[in-house]
Amino acid sequence: MKPTFFLKRRSTINYLRKYWSLYLMLSIPIAYFIVFRYIPMTYIQIAFKRYSIVQSPWEMPWAGNNGFEYFIKAFQNLDFLYALKNTLLLNFLDLLIGFPAPIILALLLNELAFPRFKRFTQSVAYMPHFLSWIIIAGLAKQLLAPTTGLINVALNRLGLGPIPFLNDPTHWVFTYVFLGIWRNVGWNTIIYLAALTNINPELYEASAIDGANRWQNIWYITLPGLRPTIFTLLILSLGNILSSEFDRPFALSNPLVNSVSNVISIFVYRYGIRGLQFSLTTAVGLFQSVVCVIFLVAANALAKKFGERGIW
Amino acid sequence: MIRSKRSKAADYAIALICVLLIIICLLPMLNVLARSLSSTEAIIRNEVLLWPKGFNFSAYRLVLTDSKYTWSLAWTAILTTICTVVSMVMTILCAYPLTYRQLKGRGFFNTMILFTMYFSAGTIPHYLLYKDLGLLNHPLVLIIPNSLSVFYMIIMRTFFYSIPDSLRESAEIDGAGPIKILTSIYLPLSKPVMATLALFYAVGRWNGFSDALMYMNDRKYHPIQLLLYNILNAVTSIEIQTQEGFASMPGLSDTIQAATVMFATVPILIVYPWLQKYFIAGATLGALKD
Repeated sequence: MKPTFFLKRRSTINYLRKYWSLYLMLSIPIAYFIVFRYIPMTYIQIAFKRYSIVQSPWEMPWAGNNGFEYFIKAFQNLDFLYALKNTLLLNFLDLLIGFPAPIILALLLNELAFPRFKRFTQSVAYMPHFLSWIIIAGLAKQLLAPTTGLINVALNRLGLGPIPFLNDPTHWVFTYVFLGIWRNVGWNTIIYLAALTNINPELYEASAIDGANRWQNIWYITLPGLRPTIFTLLILSLGNILSSEFDRPFALSNPLVNSVSNVISIFVYRYGIRGLQFSLTTAVGLFQSVVCVIFLVAANALAKKFGERGIW
Repeated sequence: MIRSKRSKAADYAIALICVLLIIICLLPMLNVLARSLSSTEAIIRNEVLLWPKGFNFSAYRLVLTDSKYTWSLAWTAILTTICTVVSMVMTILCAYPLTYRQLKGRGFFNTMILFTMYFSAGTIPHYLLYKDLGLLNHPLVLIIPNSLSVFYMIIMRTFFYSIPDSLRESAEIDGAGPIKILTSIYLPLSKPVMATLALFYAVGRWNGFSDALMYMNDRKYHPIQLLLYNILNAVTSIEIQTQEGFASMPGLSDTIQAATVMFATVPILIVYPWLQKYFIAGATLGALKD
């Protein structure tokens, strides 16, 4: 036993002598993750406790109803129920309209016969992704203003009445979805275009010999080639069905459309950070995180059942 | 490559759709640019479409002489620079050790890091932590808490993986330690991906405002986007004046709003073409599975 023990110890010492600097480097990001990602998780218990400003989360007294008092309160809160409904509605519309958009654009770009023009189109289409939601909201406000905006001025000249794009709840929902597409459709094609380059060109040569037309090429070669990518992104989108962006609804909303623009993240901001109801909003945040994980796991399992790779 | 039978007409139809898309992408910016350079009377009379009417720079002059706005621009530029440097250092420190397959505990660290991508404590626990750490209303709250993105770290690591192990091994035989290998082999070879990630981090910071909205009450440290939000949501020019201190005359609010939007957009439009060739490579690397 002894020789191997020494050998092992010597190899450990050698290993550490060789690689100690790696651990030193890694210690900084690991400390970051512990402090800024894992320690906040210990604060989650506030959801089950009565918040008190003078006590640490460990010392706070438990909330009523076996600790679920604030979850029950959340589901009795009309503002929260509206936020839940709005989150689901906006994410569902994003998925329904926004998810296929980059696939269609990628197919379109793939069929574009002029390479230099294709590159130019791509450059222009990626650009909105780099604009903040505040800027996009600013652009939208100027462009879609009821009387002075370019779009409504043009509609007026065509004899169509002004459309309240940002000032009426129903119109706002679609403006919200459209602006999301406007910002991200080009950017999201990148992944699909990369996947398209992996399709074996021999398939197209074979189909040409068989006399396939453009639609048949798309349907039988291009789309099946995109299938794994589409599924992976679909899983991620489904996992995000209850997640809520903050920047986008916050920047685009205005008092006239609060009934549809208040999503969960804005509810948490208003009730938690501005309203100081920490237990209630921590409970809401926990509910949201847990549902997101469940959706993600479920979507991943479903994809695997259909014979796709999944995300893990 | 043999191409299928394709009709020329369809090719031109597709090109036409793409032209329309380009117009839709650029139209809002051209319109706002035109408004920012127009006279207020022309805007009120709805004459400004894509070309400025009554060309003048008064809105820009007004914005640029406003100390609050110029300070906010300068502060955001400083903040963006610091954040980008800190984030890049953190990303490299995290990604590089994890590329060593023989590193003990690598699996544990990987799981620990990836878990944070799927489950987050939520806004309020983070807020309360910053409060306990004394970070609330401190400029560091805009720099440290989101300095490392797991997603970008994975992109970095994927790129590091693509550098052949044999390069590293031969350097190890020559007696180079991990730090020497990082600085003399990995970093010089990773310039494109580093440019991409630096761009992503910089744009994220330049465009970000929610952390400042939630954790920073001191208006002095508000980044440009938050100031812009306040300007854009002020209904009248008087409100702009009272809220953000713009000395302005009635009716100017539209051109001022347009000019401020242009000011916050232009830095991004300037760096965009330069870094374009890098970020596409970076964005596709992120699509790869570990």
